[in-house]
Amino acid sequence: MNYVERMQRVAVLGAAGKMGSGILFLNLVECADLSLLPENKGKTFIVYAVDISEEALDGLLMYVKSQLRKVAEKKINWLREVYQSRQDLIENAEIINEYIDYVLSKLRLVTTIESSYNANIIFEAIKEDPHLKVSVLKNINENNKNKPWFFTNTSSIPIQYLNEQANLEGRIIGYHFYNPPVVQKLVELISAKNTLPEIKEFSYKLAERLNKTIVESNDIVGFIGNGHFMRDILHAVNEVNNLLNKFTFPEAVYIMNKVSQEYLIRPMGIFQLIDYVGIDVCSYIMNVMSEHLKDNNLKCNLLENMLANGIKGGQYADGSQKDGFLKYDKGKIVGVYDINSNQYIPLSDIQEKCDAALGQKPQKLIPWKTLINQKDKEPILTEIFNEMKNINTLGSKLAITYGLKSKEIAKNLVTSGVAKTEEDVNKVLITGFYHAYGPINNFFD
Amino acid sequence: MRKKVFLTAGYNTISMGSGRKEFNPKLPRPELEDYIKEAGQGVIKQIPDASLIDEVIISNFMAARYNKQANLAAFAPYIDEKLRYKPATRVEGACGSGGLALAVAIKTILSDFADVILVIGVEVQNTVKAVYGSDILAGAGWFKDRKNGHAHYFPGKFSERAGKYFEKFGRLDTRKAMATWYKNAIENARLCPTAQEYHNTTPDLFSLAMTEPNPKVFLDNLTVYDCSKVSDGASAVLVVSEEGLKKIGKSYSDAVEIIGIGQAIDDITKAPQDLTQLLTTKEAVNKALNMAGVSKDDIATIECHDCFTIAGIMSVEAIGLANHGEGWKFVLDGHTSREGKIPFNTTGGLIGWGHPVGATGIHQAVTIWEQLTGKANQAQIKINKPYGLSVNMGGDDKTVTSIVYKKI
Repeated sequence: MNYVERMQRVAVLGAAGKMGSGILFLNLVECADLSLLPENKGKTFIVYAVDISEEALDGLLMYVKSQLRKVAEKKINWLREVYQSRQDLIENAEIINEYIDYVLSKLRLVTTIESSYNANIIFEAIKEDPHLKVSVLKNINENNKNKPWFFTNTSSIPIQYLNEQANLEGRIIGYHFYNPPVVQKLVELISAKNTLPEIKEFSYKLAERLNKTIVESNDIVGFIGNGHFMRDILHAVNEVNNLLNKFTFPEAVYIMNKVSQEYLIRPMGIFQLIDYVGIDVCSYIMNVMSEHLKDNNLKCNLLENMLANGIKGGQYADGSQKDGFLKYDKGKIVGVYDINSNQYIPLSDIQEKCDAALGQKPQKLIPWKTLINQKDKEPILTEIFNEMKNINTLGSKLAITYGLKSKEIAKNLVTSGVAKTEEDVNKVLITGFYHAYGPINNFFD
Repeated sequence: MRKKVFLTAGYNTISMGSGRKEFNPKLPRPELEDYIKEAGQGVIKQIPDASLIDEVIISNFMAARYNKQANLAAFAPYIDEKLRYKPATRVEGACGSGGLALAVAIKTILSDFADVILVIGVEVQNTVKAVYGSDILAGAGWFKDRKNGHAHYFPGKFSERAGKYFEKFGRLDTRKAMATWYKNAIENARLCPTAQEYHNTTPDLFSLAMTEPNPKVFLDNLTVYDCSKVSDGASAVLVVSEEGLKKIGKSYSDAVEIIGIGQAIDDITKAPQDLTQLLTTKEAVNKALNMAGVSKDDIATIECHDCFTIAGIMSVEAIGLANHGEGWKFVLDGHTSREGKIPFNTTGGLIGWGHPVGATGIHQAVTIWEQLTGKANQAQIKINKPYGLSVNMGGDDKTVTSIVYKKI
């Protein structure tokens, strides 16, 4: 089966979830685009969106439709070529509408797992639960006569574990997209011990077609991305605890969120990122990592306490942010959670005091949005962080320590064999987390 | 001219769209009728009373699609209720609508039907994304040619023209001239608070405009810097007889005299005879200059139709300031800049000030009026010659109106 033949039947499991919907969308567009090529005329392409929730599938259709329009508008030049012989399609709007309808015609929304018995390849993006994953993969493998290939989006479970437990004979690979899959360029690729070489080859071909960058990670739980992120969380929480002798809990959270975003020039502060991913998801990944790595340091009581209070973060079906460590209004941070009183403190109540405590902001500091568009970032960053090293404010000190810790975590990922090279770690943070610079650098030394 | 015709009391709204700080495509903005009202009242405030206006002409290209609105003439009384029951006409000639409206006004004055005519041009384009706007703008060409055209139909047409010009007269030099055109346009726009590029702070405009075109995302031979912008805006002005000028209490020094007008059209169903020339523009300019009895050397400033930088260069040739194939050099040598031999588009033109399609022809007239009467404020150039010239082009060199103005 060549690439195109394999793409003729795709199933995405958990297709209505946060990651699943993006993975579904990317595959759907790829299948439709392949089918529009003259050499594939007459071939049928079908993408099964499998999810247990009918409500979520309903929302998925709306999501796919709105994303499709954006995609179609961007590739209008290509679409005009594709529809050149259709005399009835003249204006851009007509062509775009036709394309949207056409792509949707490749989509099957289903709630039953049986549909994936027909698929050649299966993308798995269901709940991050090892037992559930194993039973689903096993079920499909036993009932699907095509000897399907499995692409799992797990961010924490070893691929070898899934391979063995579900008897997949090496027909599985970790194909870990970053959130949101439609936007983030990174795919972490993780092979099990006996993953078939042709699956790996296919993986690269698919990534190229989807315009994604692959970084290979070794099969150690957490892989590179979460291997860094989880320890980054632990550092931030540790700093919050240190700050508690001078600040209240919400103040400390505000301070660390601000330092990790504005001072380190990242797209989001650490606590906003935890909310974005979901406190429950973060806690879950950390526990799985702790268990597999037998590392008791990979524990975070704060996350557990938040969950015990019913604070979970994550997103609503329409993609808007749920409250977590921070409170949001139309995507903007407006408050910080106080774990003692179990309520949100308005930002305006603490901002002034905390900003004053952080001290004079470095003058050279620029927002992430500005930095990300600069061609040569190195000299700009050197200048900014040199200034930071020379001013003795709380904000600068926290930032420098944070940057150094992030570097240490990243380096450990290489020495402990998770990542193959330092470059790979930097690539993951830049393409998967949208950082403007990699954690392994000399800015903070 | 069988009698004297004057132009006075001009007004421009802001040219709104990307580039303006206050522009946010997600928030509500002024709409079609708001622009008509603002521009109309902007003129009326400069005269004693709206009842002195005998007639209204509204120029607009495609409100029927951008704003789902037709019958624009009936918006005249919305500006001022004293215009109720007055005659009003809407005029359309694609991007050349404004020029046509002025032509209609001039002819109406000459035919003794009116003494004071309010001419308003308007377009509100930011109601749709550019990819759909391209469909609407394509209506300025022959619809039967749309299918074979580029997704961005008109930019595609002028990209073809640029490609041919590159081939014949050299790519690098021409691109440098196009980048110079862009630089001049933005620098002029920075002097005019209503210009769409007024807030532009890019330090090195020339280098930016030398960015290589990317056919995959846009066009073979043009970048976005070579294109005029998508704009919302309106311009208005009074066209009056000598008696009209007295009626509204304006002195001669507040007005410019219109001493020549040239109109020319070409067949919309036919491709340009020569892609490297604007032959219809040439014809219209010649007619206007001949009628005025003015040589191009007596002109102090020109507003030309630079919907694309390459159109600016070709306009220089069509007006006769450079030989065919040498317009790029004239521009590159700085002759069209505000300190040059003959300053072009002193408030930014279509590239810098903006291109609210139906308003553009009127905006050009208002700018010349401002310059010749010393009302251009920061954008004011030194006027040591008595004449101004405007060229307004509809479609791909199809519907062109050129006007010669005289400082009084």
